[in-house]
Amino acid sequence: MSEFALQMKEITKEFPGVKALDRVSFSVKKGEIHALCGENGAGKSTLMKILSGVYPSGSFTGEIIINGQVVDFKDIKASQEAGVAIIYQELALVPEMTVAENIFLSSDLMRKPVIDWAILYAKAKYWLDQIGLAIDPQMRLGDLTVGKQQLIEIAKALTKKADLLILDEPTAALTESDVEVLIRLLKELKHKGVTCIYISHKLGEVMELADTVTVLRDGQTVSTDPINQLTERKIVTKMVGRELTDFFPYQKHAIGAEVMRVEHYHFRHISGEMLVKQASFTLNKGEILGVAGLMGSGRTELFTSLFGGYPGMASGRVIIDGCELKIKGPAEAIAAGLAYLSEDRKKYGLILNMEISKNATLAALNKVMSGGLIDRALELQKAETLTNKMKLKAHNLEAHVGQLSGGNQQKVVLSKWLFTEPKILILDEPTRGIDVGAKYEIYKIINELASQGVAIVIISSELPEVLGMSDRILVMSEREVTGHLLRSEASQEKIMQYATARRR
Amino acid sequence: MKVKQALEQKPLNNKRKLNLNVQSYTLIIALIAIALIFSFLTNGEFLSPRNLSNLFNQMAVISVLSIGMTLIIVAGHIDLSVGSLAGLTGGIAAILQVWHGWGTIPVILIALLTGALLGLWQGWWVAYRMVPAFIVTLGGQLIFRGILIGISQGRTIAPLEPSFRFIANSYLPFSLGYLLACLGILIMFVVTWRSRVRRNSLNLQLHSPFVDYGKIALYAVFTLFITFMLNLYYGVPLPMLIVVLLGTFFIFIANQTAFGRYIYAIGGNKEAAALSGINMKRNTLSVFVVMGTLAGLAGVMLTSRLNAATVSAGDMYELDAIAACVIGGASLTGGKGKIVGAIIGALIMASIDNGMSMMNLQTFWQYIVKGLILIVAVWIDIANKHKA
Ligand SMILES: Nc1ncnc2c1ncn2[C@@H]1O[C@H](COP(=O)(O)OP(=O)(O)OP(=O)(O)O)[C@@H](O)[C@H]1O
Ligand SMILES: [Mg+2]
Repeated sequence: MSEFALQMKEITKEFPGVKALDRVSFSVKKGEIHALCGENGAGKSTLMKILSGVYPSGSFTGEIIINGQVVDFKDIKASQEAGVAIIYQELALVPEMTVAENIFLSSDLMRKPVIDWAILYAKAKYWLDQIGLAIDPQMRLGDLTVGKQQLIEIAKALTKKADLLILDEPTAALTESDVEVLIRLLKELKHKGVTCIYISHKLGEVMELADTVTVLRDGQTVSTDPINQLTERKIVTKMVGRELTDFFPYQKHAIGAEVMRVEHYHFRHISGEMLVKQASFTLNKGEILGVAGLMGSGRTELFTSLFGGYPGMASGRVIIDGCELKIKGPAEAIAAGLAYLSEDRKKYGLILNMEISKNATLAALNKVMSGGLIDRALELQKAETLTNKMKLKAHNLEAHVGQLSGGNQQKVVLSKWLFTEPKILILDEPTRGIDVGAKYEIYKIINELASQGVAIVIISSELPEVLGMSDRILVMSEREVTGHLLRSEASQEKIMQYATARRR
Repeated sequence: MKVKQALEQKPLNNKRKLNLNVQSYTLIIALIAIALIFSFLTNGEFLSPRNLSNLFNQMAVISVLSIGMTLIIVAGHIDLSVGSLAGLTGGIAAILQVWHGWGTIPVILIALLTGALLGLWQGWWVAYRMVPAFIVTLGGQLIFRGILIGISQGRTIAPLEPSFRFIANSYLPFSLGYLLACLGILIMFVVTWRSRVRRNSLNLQLHSPFVDYGKIALYAVFTLFITFMLNLYYGVPLPMLIVVLLGTFFIFIANQTAFGRYIYAIGGNKEAAALSGINMKRNTLSVFVVMGTLAGLAGVMLTSRLNAATVSAGDMYELDAIAACVIGGASLTGGKGKIVGAIIGALIMASIDNGMSMMNLQTFWQYIVKGLILIVAVWIDIANKHKA
């Protein structure tokens, strides 16, 4: 038998107008963790969708060989039977069902005429333990945070006893501690002989985890190297085709007058749950405020509720530009100069089956209207200016957003909010799923906006990002603000100390 | 080096490609196929001027309903009450005129207003009370039919005055028909030309002029041909003119106004639309008001065509309207759908009714064939999507 678990040879895949993959070859040795890196839109997800039968044989050219045998997947089921399990960048779970049902959704346990719930829950518990998640398998999945849902997705794939496990940006939505759990898990699986393909924009993880790294660029294979011949910098250079010097282009900038003051802010959701318990902070013109905290610490809830995104009762004071405001909905928030980029772009950011240009103008449609009517030409032009600035990779702004790669979708949401020309820009995980080159561009845009006087809030689970970009850092824990740190005094340790304050 | 060049290129290649919209072409092909099959089976009678005129008269009521239904479906809802509502408004119009001697114009206004108010009432339940539209309008279907039976005391109300019958039973003079056709063509031409100038001035990519003006030329030939055919009989039927004008108006609303854009956004992704500052409640309410008003108009046209109001008028029309939208490419999950598609869908449905009755087939066949066509149409849509 061959030493390769998988060989993909000369794979070419075209979408109308785009050549997503151009004679890509890709080989994975048995039992290794093989990382696949590349910029947004390089073709990583497409290659994996071909491997898992999402794009059936015939819709692309090239050859797939698994364990020495040429295979021809007609659908996803066929690839699963050959031992391939994939965890998509986009979650494929049913929020209305319980955790246990989700884990075994496609397994025989759920196909019996009468489902034995006791066994189902017991088995679910076992797999939850395996991924280090201490939750009740009978919980409704939708009540979990995105990060935890991602872990469930991994448990689901594990149950399928796959010997080739594909993870497409599994950690994009995870906090550092969840990432550690996952990495430990993957290493364990490797010892059990599972081969793993790992796609991530987080090169730190890649360096820690991978045995071999393949880099794709513009739909072509650039190189495949063992990890000991690589450094993060070398991978980046291969990905973008040039040297990148500075990961966080922090600039010292002038900080102006106060634009927003929040005092003793509480928020109770209509369901009765207390989403934010005690928050006070200020925000100044031209300042970048980082917000750190563990998953579930209330960062997203604080800012979504300030933006009017939840139904419920707020108390405390919110003062913007000297006026006390009671924001009742996103429309009022936008009018007050707020913009909020959500952490979950598919659910809260984009209309997937709408054109890119229309998504980009949705929150400020009045800017492309004249005489009460939409000026489509102007709209396209504005959208083009915005997306060019973001270096969006799309062959046509009249294409649907759903056709873009994950990272490029994020750029569209960001464009949408920049188009509202906000005074206060709240970014919840702004660089999730975005490649290093594009991250750098986004950081530059953030800096530029700050220097123009926009106040910026960056909520991020990546501590280096918070530390690298912020003038000041707010730390939250258990739905309260537990710490304030200046750039000069902040460190990873201090943030973690505050972030876990209430748990000890 | 090749890779280097690729990187230095402008990342966004916003070239305007000929937008090959599979759906709209399948629709037109299907329509042509149906027309050819029927004219073959009826020795050409199907495409005779007289029958074309009939066909356009028959499709008018469903077309008006399907225009509103497209907006409802795009917004992610459904309206099962439109048949009953058209029956009720048509009934009210007939009662006021036949029993109380009201003039035609006030009667029409009352019918439209009734439609709008009942639409508002249903919209309020959906938008502000969060009751699913399926339930609200299913309730509405029963309630409106019940009211109609009550106020008409189960009787057929006829005949209406000539001025009322005029709405659905008259034809444009030949010269006016040609004049309007030419005017329409001129407007299409001017709109295209201005959009090209505008795009050019903003440095946006353009289709080749052959494509843009070629399309217009094609439409022009088609429009003139249909007008010519209809003028071989009595002329362009007034109901057809109403459908064309309403269709154009609502296509405009859907594409050029914030309201239209917001409906697509709401149906495409409720959460994202809400967080973009779109007023969900008001826009949802408005869609139902528009639908109600159009149902009111459909009711007037129906009563006018039949020269009577009956208790069963408009029965099951909601299903024909929904089917027309779906055949025209609307997706019941929301966010997707086109008014032109729905009108073509209505034409396809009407052609099947018309063609099969010309062949003297029993009516039960019409139900069976229409049902099958509905399923196949959606299947083609889904199959096309999967290929991409
Ligand atoms: N269904 C589709 N229709 C048209 N084009 C598509 C479709 N899916 C992907 N593409 C295009 O193929 C290219 C590769 O996309 P892919 O999703 O594989 O990128 P990726 O490497 O996974 O990027 P990311 O890191 O942003 O997830 C992109 O240019 C994308 O726009
Ligand atoms: Mg991807």
